[in-house]
Amino acid sequence: MISAVLVMNTQGKPRLAKFYEFRPVEKQQEIIRNVFAVLCSRPEHVSNFVDAESFFGPDARLVYKHFATLYFVFIFDGSENELAMLDLIQVFVETLDKCFRNVCELDVVFNYSKMHTILDEIIFGGQVLETSSAEVLKAVEEITKLEAASSAINLVPKSVSSWRSR
Amino acid sequence: MEQLKTIGRELAMGSQGAFGQSKEFLDLIKSIGESRSKAEEDRIVIREIETLKRRISEPDIPKRKMKEYIIRLLYVEMLGHDASFGYIHAVKMTHDDNLPSKRTGYLAVTLFLNDDHDLIILIVNTIQKDLKSDNYLVVCAALNAVCRLINEETIPAVLPLVVELLSHGKEAVRKKAVMALHSFHRKSSSSVSHLVANFRKRLCDNDPGVMGATLCPLFDLITDDPNPYKDLVVSFVSILKQVAEHRLPKSYDYHQMPAPFVQIKLLKILALLGSGDKSSSEHMYTVIGDIIRKGDSSSNIGNAILYESIRCVSSIYPNPKLLEAAADVIAKFLKSDSHNLKYMGIDALGRLIKLSPLIAEQHQLAVIDCLEDPDDTLKRKTFELLYKMTKSSNVEVIVDRMIEYMISISDDHYKTYIASRCVELAEQFAPSNHWFIQTMNKVFEHAGDLVNIKVAHNLMRLIAEGFGEDDDAAYSQLRSSAVESYLRIIGEPKLPSVFLQVICWVLGEYGTADGKHSASYITGKLCDMAEAYSNDEIVKAYAITALTKIYAFEIAAGRKVDMLSECQSLVEELLASHSTDLQQRAYELQAVIGLDARAVEAILPHDASCEDIEVDKNLSFLNDYIQQAIESGAMPYISENERSGAVSVSNFRSQDQQEPGQHGLRFEAYEVPKAPVPSKVTPVSLSSTTDLVPVSDSLYARETHQITSVGLSSDTGSSGLKLRLDGVQKKWGKPAYSSPASSSSNSTAQNPVNGMTKVDVAASVNSKVRDSYDSRKQQNEIDPEKQKLAASLFGGSTKPERRTSTSSKVPKANAGAADRSQDSKAAIVPNKASGDNSNQQPPPQDLLDLGEPNVTVAPPTVDPFMQLEGLLDPSISSTVSHSDSAVTNAPDIMGLYSGATSGEQSGGGYIPAGGDLLSGLSNAAAVRGTTGETIPSPVSQSVKGANAKDSLEKDAKVRQMGVTPTGQNPNLFRDLLG
Repeated sequence: MISAVLVMNTQGKPRLAKFYEFRPVEKQQEIIRNVFAVLCSRPEHVSNFVDAESFFGPDARLVYKHFATLYFVFIFDGSENELAMLDLIQVFVETLDKCFRNVCELDVVFNYSKMHTILDEIIFGGQVLETSSAEVLKAVEEITKLEAASSAINLVPKSVSSWRSR
Repeated sequence: MEQLKTIGRELAMGSQGAFGQSKEFLDLIKSIGESRSKAEEDRIVIREIETLKRRISEPDIPKRKMKEYIIRLLYVEMLGHDASFGYIHAVKMTHDDNLPSKRTGYLAVTLFLNDDHDLIILIVNTIQKDLKSDNYLVVCAALNAVCRLINEETIPAVLPLVVELLSHGKEAVRKKAVMALHSFHRKSSSSVSHLVANFRKRLCDNDPGVMGATLCPLFDLITDDPNPYKDLVVSFVSILKQVAEHRLPKSYDYHQMPAPFVQIKLLKILALLGSGDKSSSEHMYTVIGDIIRKGDSSSNIGNAILYESIRCVSSIYPNPKLLEAAADVIAKFLKSDSHNLKYMGIDALGRLIKLSPLIAEQHQLAVIDCLEDPDDTLKRKTFELLYKMTKSSNVEVIVDRMIEYMISISDDHYKTYIASRCVELAEQFAPSNHWFIQTMNKVFEHAGDLVNIKVAHNLMRLIAEGFGEDDDAAYSQLRSSAVESYLRIIGEPKLPSVFLQVICWVLGEYGTADGKHSASYITGKLCDMAEAYSNDEIVKAYAITALTKIYAFEIAAGRKVDMLSECQSLVEELLASHSTDLQQRAYELQAVIGLDARAVEAILPHDASCEDIEVDKNLSFLNDYIQQAIESGAMPYISENERSGAVSVSNFRSQDQQEPGQHGLRFEAYEVPKAPVPSKVTPVSLSSTTDLVPVSDSLYARETHQITSVGLSSDTGSSGLKLRLDGVQKKWGKPAYSSPASSSSNSTAQNPVNGMTKVDVAASVNSKVRDSYDSRKQQNEIDPEKQKLAASLFGGSTKPERRTSTSSKVPKANAGAADRSQDSKAAIVPNKASGDNSNQQPPPQDLLDLGEPNVTVAPPTVDPFMQLEGLLDPSISSTVSHSDSAVTNAPDIMGLYSGATSGEQSGGGYIPAGGDLLSGLSNAAAVRGTTGETIPSPVSQSVKGANAKDSLEKDAKVRQMGVTPTGQNPNLFRDLLG
């Protein structure tokens, strides 16, 4: 089971944090800090796996991938395969890239809810739900369309285009 | 960051950002991005919280605005600030009919709330309504919330609705409903136990996505108990086959790999189902073989599947062909340049090595490369592998490496872990006592505060009891080498407390034993230590006790004691200490110094730390006193059973029956304080001499404590009462402390034995492989240092075995009966083992984790050594006929036997290896002493009884008056000693 998905920039600022089991805010911050400290200390060209037991509890592992200014981090337990998790990060990032066309840190910051929508299509309740970025994209687009339609009923049509996130 | 700033500025130009957020939000993100310090960031966020608090409670906020506020709240909380004031607004948003608002509301509550939060009750109703919605997106959003927010209590409220969704028209909903049920199962398996059939049904869903989702709950269920699902093996295998053969629609492909996550999950499930089950495993061989054969090792996901196949192969009932294929894949992984693959290779190697130990040998250089890699993760994984393949022949190299690494890291969590591994390996496989002590010193020095205190106690006991050397010279040499090493280390700054305790104890016990160091030198060192660590009471207690012992030894040897001035000041300081323990120890020291040689020798005999202390549980020394009391008219004591007249009634009831009606309101809780009464009352109330109180355990403990404190200065010679050092003398320690020593011998013996056998068989069969490998090695011209390391890690298994095999002759003469019976058992095991070598299940690694000791000391009817010889002979001849190199094999076979003995010894926990069985003897003796209660010896007790009794009485009186032993009180001791 996947216990957390974190996205943070190379300065250690969290950009997305989703815990699939509840953790109090302070604990979340501590985990984010610890993860960042570990990631910083990793040299270049080493494996993408880190043992996360010391700050996340027994049998916790961590897989990370570094893209431009962002770290994508998945924390999970022994029932998942490390290499497969690495590919899941790839799926997530590919989807983001398709969704935002050349995704950058800013997209991640400003489209907080959309990030979650995408993530929810890939991982559901800590389990891998969908691994095809095309399928995820389809689902996300459908949601966006329906959201737009439903708000169109409630709002003055003029404002629709302005609030809608692309 | 630069980029972010510039873009942020550009964006902030317009009043409305391009991302649909207001200028305020953009400003917030921009200013946080630009903030230079955490403090500045906090200020900005706190200001933002103020703004949000104000805004969010305004009436009639447009929905769009509200949505943004909630997102901003999420952002604030992600930065680590409290946003709880807005939770209720998020909850309110879930009630909204507008889809974007509802979704945002659900997103916020899943991120904000725990499943036992008070607000959940307000959401459950909404969830119920939304689960019934026509809009499948609303249903999905609600299911998402269900996973996270529904707890054990609220499951029944939504369960029927979720079950209904299992047959929803949209496959996305079915998938999520399965996942939601899975989350219920995780939270409370009983709530959905009646729905397991639904999971089985969904396995046949015509949408592969739903089928894939169903594997997740099934995996959990099978992990809990595989047996009810054995019938699914055939289905799983056929699904896996179809998936692997590209029968699924193209849309399920990922990087040309058909549904890889489904394949991985299926392999995991098969691994569970096939574990130790031959008939189930046989179904799987073909499909796993196909997957490995067709495996695509060029892509990441292909390797993930290959790795999972290896895991599966190593878990199911072994198949030689598959093992071979797996070994080839591992070779590919290890040769790869990618650290990820190396990591997976090492991990897979660790799994396979239990089944085919030879495979590590092919990869020795790759493993060593990984060990020296700058990547910490890889290094740790490699240590894990080394731990699994440690034998007595390579333990030195491996433990040295581990310690080296342990010193170099600062991560306490891992340091603790690797220290415990070092200790475990050292205790199990240590080749010599000297090495063991040196190793433990290193571990203590660098990770002392992180290791279990038991390890320290083990070390002390080891030094005290020796490892069963047969001559005293080696014995004392061991001790003086320990003393020497401690005197060297003592000067180092900041030693861990646990280590200091060991040092103090050893110096006190053996510091002056070999006459090399004068008492004043040792005591000086001890005083320095107590001073340097003056805020550590335990160390001080150990130090003062050590001082007492050294002075006692001096007095006993007839030398005059000159107390150093620093020592005197230390004692004075402790006499006035706030800790009663330290105070008592200081008084004891004072009392001991005032005594004559004979008395001192009786109290603190030299080198008697491992003698048993006999405790007279019946308190027979009080008989005289009781007799006196009866004569002067006291009532004899009547035991509880006699008083109540009942035979098998509990204590409480019997007392209740005794005084019925007298006290109308009597609650059982009142009985508790009565417990200590007998200890004071017994001497006063009278009894016939034989009928003594059956003392309860807690009471007994208290009593013995008194006895020790008093007995310290009494001169009951034979019992050899001593200062109480927790855990060192196993009398009052936890029973667990000594128990592992006695029990585990059987299963321990199996462990190394199996290892040996495998090596042997493999050696004879695969000697060709090794040859070819050697020649390859020479061609490659590798760094000789690495080769040496490789040889010490992987090769050289024959040499130490030969050494031990010669020494194994010793026990023939004097091994104890217990050892013999164990030996004979152990000796039978290897023969069985060699019978079906490839199919053995690996023996459990954790040897100390065994139950209560039950050593049966039964002399065998047949001489086991005769049997042993009978067993050995045919096996030798058979291997000889198998291979050409009889010379190399013969010692291996001897190794079987020696392996058995050393294994049996290492089972003792604190006796690492060593060749001879004397240690086993002393071991057995010690066990007898500890497990079978203490043997009461009436020898001297009855003679000195009167004295001890007086003192006890006095002590009790003093305690009654609430006076702790102070300056006026040393009378107590004088009284005792006449």
